[in-house]
Amino acid sequence: MRTVFKTSYDADINLFRHSAQAGWYGLLFVVAAALPFLLDTFWLGEFTNVLIWAIAGMGLMVLVGQTGQASLGHAAFLAVGCYANVLLQERLGLPFILSFPLAGLVAGLAGVLVAIPTTRLHGIYLAIATLAVSILTDDLIVIAEPLTNGVVGLFAPTIEIFGVEFDRYATPARFYWLVFAVAVLIVLVYRNILRSPLGRSFAAVRDSEVSAQAMGVHVARTKAVAFGISTAITGLAGALMGHFAGIFNNETFNIIISIQLLLMIVIGGLGSIHGAFFGAMVVALLPQAIAISRDLVGEVLGVGSVAIPGLETALFGAILILFILFEPMGIYGRWIKIRTYFQLFPFYRRDMFRRQKSYLKTERMR
Amino acid sequence: MDVLQLFVSGLANGCVYGLVALGFVLIYKATEAVNFAQGDFMMLGAFICLGLTNAEFLGLPFWVSVPIAVVVMGAFGYAIDMTIIRRMFGQSQIAVVILTIALGFVLRFLAGVIWGHEPVALQSPIAGRDVSFGGLVLGLDEVFVVVTTVVLTVALYFYFNRTRLGVAMQAASQNQLAAYYMGIPVRRVNSLVWALAGAVAAVAGILFASKGSIDPSIGLLGIKAFAAAVIGGFGSLPGALVGGIIVGLIEPFASYYIAAGYSQVMPYLLLFLILVFRPHGIVAQVHRKKV
Repeated sequence: MRTVFKTSYDADINLFRHSAQAGWYGLLFVVAAALPFLLDTFWLGEFTNVLIWAIAGMGLMVLVGQTGQASLGHAAFLAVGCYANVLLQERLGLPFILSFPLAGLVAGLAGVLVAIPTTRLHGIYLAIATLAVSILTDDLIVIAEPLTNGVVGLFAPTIEIFGVEFDRYATPARFYWLVFAVAVLIVLVYRNILRSPLGRSFAAVRDSEVSAQAMGVHVARTKAVAFGISTAITGLAGALMGHFAGIFNNETFNIIISIQLLLMIVIGGLGSIHGAFFGAMVVALLPQAIAISRDLVGEVLGVGSVAIPGLETALFGAILILFILFEPMGIYGRWIKIRTYFQLFPFYRRDMFRRQKSYLKTERMR
Repeated sequence: MDVLQLFVSGLANGCVYGLVALGFVLIYKATEAVNFAQGDFMMLGAFICLGLTNAEFLGLPFWVSVPIAVVVMGAFGYAIDMTIIRRMFGQSQIAVVILTIALGFVLRFLAGVIWGHEPVALQSPIAGRDVSFGGLVLGLDEVFVVVTTVVLTVALYFYFNRTRLGVAMQAASQNQLAAYYMGIPVRRVNSLVWALAGAVAAVAGILFASKGSIDPSIGLLGIKAFAAAVIGGFGSLPGALVGGIIVGLIEPFASYYIAAGYSQVMPYLLLFLILVFRPHGIVAQVHRKKV
């Protein structure tokens, strides 16, 4: 275990705690950037998908993990970002380099619009309101057919930045690098928000609204800003998702996606960037894992490929139940425990990460 | 006459929503947990009854399989609380919400494996028959749904106000600690509340199944029932029924007077408006948390 001596005030907010940590993340960066040389086209596509989900997960993480506001409606903002991006390109003829950030901006504004009336709500009520937003968006896309082409959906054109083409199928490596660059950028933005006063006020609102208010945090405004940042990032992920899928309609962003997004960051571990990435890996790679193990089981038993409809979501649900019961801190929490075990080696105790308080956290007063 | 038939069919739908919403509210009041799998409980109840009744499965008489399904779902609710939900004590509401959503996924899958994903119809003696009240022709199933809901509501009213266990449930939901000091076994009472919610869900499922065919994805109707519970006022039993009936009525009338595409939007639009302007519903019972 490494002891960090803090010799300046900046040590508390540095991006990396010490040089070894910076080295490990640098190595991760190099490996991730070199993936197109290491993997074939299929797996590269899968990892692009992981990164897109991770961006969406980071968007939701700002809201749920940092600010403590549960949203069951983030697929709505994926949809807003996706439709805004493609419509800006097709209707107004904007290039991707302009339409992409604008799509994030539109999704962010939509998020603030939703947040203004709903931030008065607490906990479960907020979750329900966002659930309603998600379902309404699904239906509104169908109703606004002249603009969105209804259930038929829209095609996402090939991305072109300064004459260089980025296409999921024609140039998968370039598309991966584009998504990777966006993901790295979002991670940096996320980290920087966390170490700014804004990020601190997010944490204050999450831990106790009343005490945050007493410390001079404007709770409603902080929540609205959190909503805006969260939905803007989610909107960017939605725009990338549209280009990744190629064709999309209202069903691409239905309520199940909203729920899956929330479940994903819970599996990954709430309140950390790592959690968004771990969760995205589970969500995006689970179908492949099931397909591979299905073929294996079929070969071993000699019955051919066994197909059970709906197995994917059920397995996902089962994994989630196990995580919430036995590892509420998610994959990242488990990783921290394992790391601490080895860092402290013979001195790790079982109850080190045990929750101290165990009582009914009531939301109501009688 | 058209409007009246629209009204009755909306009322029948609304009663099913109301009963599912009642399950939400029962659990929420007692344990402050929100059971997002309530819709899937309803689906499971309907399928258990179908599995017992239909000729291609067990082929029992309808009136025998109904009480069995209700009891089985009650036991199921009790078991879910005892094995899973009780461990969540003290964790945030959202954790329980996520847990029950995941539970719903698993239940939907299990029902799909056992009974298939194709829509099937419950072979009940009620379906497809008409009754006429002075020239007004109504489906027997719709009348049956409304009557059963009224009977069940009255029974629950007396249960909560007149019986020992009902009063104990109320006490435990109002103040767990005080109830515990008074010698009420709060944990077991909470499990019994889950059992009651499971049984009510089974009744709702059977009523729903007697109105048309069912498949494992009808559990998603729970979301609409959830909207109903919030519109009526989360935490209020009469509110849940009122909310359910409002949602049930608003759907057919919206598609009749505005356009077909708008009927599914209206409940959620109403929910959103209610949340913005009257966050605790029509029959408000929740107060703000103090420090």
